[in-house]
Amino acid sequence: MAERLLEVKDLNVKFATEDGIVQAVDGISFDLERGKVLGIVGESGSGKSVTAMTLMGLTRGINARFDGEVLYKGTDLLQVSDRDMQNYRGNELGIIFQDPMTSLNPVYRIGEQIAEAIQAHENVGKRAARARTIELLRQVGIPNPESRVDDFPHQFSGGMRQRAMIAMALSCNPSILIADEPTTALDVTIQAQIVELVSRLKDDFDSAVIFITHDLGVIADIADEIIVMYAGRVVERGSKRDVFYDPQMPYTWGLLGSIPRLDRPRPERLHTIEGSPPSLINPPEGCKFRPRCPHAFDRCMQEPGLENRVETPGHLDRCWLDVDYKREHRDETISGGSTEAA
Amino acid sequence: MATTGQEEFTLDTAAELAAKEGGSQIQGKSPWVLAGRRMRRNYVSLAFLGIFLLIVISCLLAPLYVSQVSHIPQNDVRTGATVVEHGKTVNVISQGGTKIVNGVPQIVFGGVPIGAQWGAAGGKYVLGADELGRDVGTRLLYGGRNSLFIGVTSAAICTTLSVVLALLAGYFGGIVDWIISRFFDLVWAFPVVLLGIALGTALSVNGFHHGPINVSSGSLWIPIGVISFVFIPYIGRPLRGQVLALRNREFIEAATAQGAGPVRIMFSELLPNVASSVLVLFTLIVANSILTEVGLSFLGAGVQLPNPSWGTMIQEGSKLLSTAPQISLFPGIAIALTVLSLNVFGDGLRDALDPRAKIRIEHG
Amino acid sequence: MLLVLLAVSFIVYFIFIVIPGGDPAQRIAGKVATQANILAIRKKLGLDQSFIVQWYDLVKALFTAKLVSYSNQTNVVDQIKQGLPATFSLAIGAGIIWFGFGVLVGTISAVTAGRISDRAITALALIGISMPVAWLGLILRFFLAGDGGSGVSWFPDGGYVPLSANPAQWFYHLILPWLTLAVLFIGFYGRVLRSNILDTINEDFVRTAKAKGLSSRRILVKHVLRASLIPIVTLFGLDFASVLGGGAIITETVYNLHGVGWYAAQSIASEDLPPLMGVTLFGAMFIVVFSLLVDIAYAYLDPRIRLS
Repeated sequence: MAERLLEVKDLNVKFATEDGIVQAVDGISFDLERGKVLGIVGESGSGKSVTAMTLMGLTRGINARFDGEVLYKGTDLLQVSDRDMQNYRGNELGIIFQDPMTSLNPVYRIGEQIAEAIQAHENVGKRAARARTIELLRQVGIPNPESRVDDFPHQFSGGMRQRAMIAMALSCNPSILIADEPTTALDVTIQAQIVELVSRLKDDFDSAVIFITHDLGVIADIADEIIVMYAGRVVERGSKRDVFYDPQMPYTWGLLGSIPRLDRPRPERLHTIEGSPPSLINPPEGCKFRPRCPHAFDRCMQEPGLENRVETPGHLDRCWLDVDYKREHRDETISGGSTEAA
Repeated sequence: MATTGQEEFTLDTAAELAAKEGGSQIQGKSPWVLAGRRMRRNYVSLAFLGIFLLIVISCLLAPLYVSQVSHIPQNDVRTGATVVEHGKTVNVISQGGTKIVNGVPQIVFGGVPIGAQWGAAGGKYVLGADELGRDVGTRLLYGGRNSLFIGVTSAAICTTLSVVLALLAGYFGGIVDWIISRFFDLVWAFPVVLLGIALGTALSVNGFHHGPINVSSGSLWIPIGVISFVFIPYIGRPLRGQVLALRNREFIEAATAQGAGPVRIMFSELLPNVASSVLVLFTLIVANSILTEVGLSFLGAGVQLPNPSWGTMIQEGSKLLSTAPQISLFPGIAIALTVLSLNVFGDGLRDALDPRAKIRIEHG
Repeated sequence: MLLVLLAVSFIVYFIFIVIPGGDPAQRIAGKVATQANILAIRKKLGLDQSFIVQWYDLVKALFTAKLVSYSNQTNVVDQIKQGLPATFSLAIGAGIIWFGFGVLVGTISAVTAGRISDRAITALALIGISMPVAWLGLILRFFLAGDGGSGVSWFPDGGYVPLSANPAQWFYHLILPWLTLAVLFIGFYGRVLRSNILDTINEDFVRTAKAKGLSSRRILVKHVLRASLIPIVTLFGLDFASVLGGGAIITETVYNLHGVGWYAAQSIASEDLPPLMGVTLFGAMFIVVFSLLVDIAYAYLDPRIRLS
């Protein structure tokens, strides 16, 4: 069995804001093993990015409160001091962000910024760090890295910047790479390249990946396990196969229905989930998705627990609906109601 | 495309994100309502607004109550007068002569005005006298009327002119923008105080006479005109940038498509969108105008005697600092308090309305 | 740039000749004008000729150092030159103090945002920018210098001692003027820097720096301060140029430093306009030159501008 790198147990993140307490992450748990890819999916404000940033210790601040455990190789990262956390960031856990333009410092050369990460964790000279940087740039597929290493971020294209960010995140050989919507700001053709690159480098560097996205289609190829988040909670969790072929949450259906697909007949129009994510200050009672759910009924006023309700072990969901009813009706949402035409 | 994913989801800090997520609740309220709510919670800012209003009101109402308290009109010269202090009669301006100190006769120079009496002289000379026997307290209030009048009026003129120029430049662009921007650059290229005294002095020789406008040389309108002129680029430049950015937004295109003319777009579409910045900049410019008036008057290029203003009072008192510090001290405190209250209030306003409005100040 | 200078000289011409009503020659001649004087000025500045010629003559008189003060027949350009050492000494010393302390105070305030030190600095900075310089100078001089009646005389009572004559005295005489001039700017720069830093801290690239595992000191100095200081450099360029060009008139007057600004102030009372024309043009010239230097510095600090 592969080495278990990360164990998140009942993680809660709350922020104090001008308008009240925001429960950004509400009791999320998952494990991650070396060599695996975990996909976290959800809309804006579902808490997926806060989860990622919390793993990195980037949400710390006077306004934030954490509960639960984030065990990295047995150490609870939530208890690690700010100073010691520096040794984990970049070194044990690397992260790439959504917008590679603003995530790179515009006034320093690409090479300087990557070498800076190396030198922060390893006692190497300038020259060695530079050589490593060039090698990393080559690995992430930057052509002509010897000369591009001295470019400024604005001289790179969007896709190249994201490649540079990946090089930076992997520069100290972290065990876990967190990709926080790394493809959102990129062109569709580049998106696929970046996903492919992350998947390949995961094997080269023998690490695990947490891939965060709002677009289930992006992780269709690479994820081993998928967590669907809504309003700070896990609403469905299972293997890629479970989530794609036997989704149990109407919310997941909505996400699936919003992906354009070639393997199914073209629907009249892609599905949209009506309404917007709920307030995290005063969340709705019962099931958080109830106000937007077309299948909601009386029982949804009580919140369902995250439980295994289907035959496949490990496939969990938070929905009271009858499994057979769901299997019968979900295609209306996923395929845009055009199943009859198929 | 689905509702998912189309909105930008930048995570500046988690707190900001949380604030944004929380924001779904407060959507639909106008920015002014939100700002008002933030403002109401900012007690420090409100307290200083109170101080400012108190100063303004006590200066404005001075003609109503000062004569009942001090019995000395603002420009009344009383060099030979006496007051009764704790039942003793004291000269307002000390007389020269000899005085025995420790058995040694010493020459004492006269001409020293009495200091602050607070309540001791029955309301007269509460803050002391100046070298002509005038009541410093009375002049402080009347001087405040002039200083505040100059500060607020010149800031209002300056803001109005700058807003119009910025709207014209930002809306029309091209050659109009070029001319207005170069004008801003030119005025900006002069040190404020230097340009102020140059204009002030040139105008104070025999006033301003062009066409229908006739301003005589001692008029308060000269410093007002000068101060409103020198600060134009300080508001105009930042506003022009904002207007330029708004100009290309969709709602302006929409208004144009509906057939709205330039004036309508400038004043009912663009202006409301920069109004919050204008308000913040106006507050800060009032503070800076008051300080500039002090500088100009101190140098003799602002308010001309015998009109009192806080600046001229400091200037008059500067010669008598060693014997009668009250003449300069009190107006200075009054200015500092007024400007401080405006700055604190302006800061609060900016935090509530437009955290990015900044202004460059200079009056050394 | 030459164009800007020409335009600046046009404004000077406009201020002194066109805007005020009445006979410009009489005005320029000052309060104690003789008829011969007025005639000479009219001829010299070509005031009886067309406006282009007038402007040209004025510019020529300024740039060929021929402009003369009519109240005492001294050459304006020579007088400005005499004032340079005092003005430059004031500007350079004060500039170092206000930039250094402004950055220090702004950084401390931003790093401890919300805590007591931040509140104290913010309050002091607000008071600093709210005091009229003339008054602050007078009060400091009264309480701390000479024997003005306060009993404390730690500092000399105004005046300027050339650096070449006595460096220690030069320094000693300039301490109060430096501080007086610097207070306003420290308060202002501190506030601007604080808000810049607080804006920059929320930038994505700062989050990236944190995610790399850099120490907070390195993040602050290398990533946050670097970006936050760029706008401060622009401000400093303009303010420093203004003081170099005689803009610190009030400070020079209060402390009786015979610099360029003091020279300008002296001519106000006698309504002697040529020195004011000269100094105004001189001051504007510094700002124009320094705007250019600021642009160059900007390009150095921000590679996005350098390459586009």
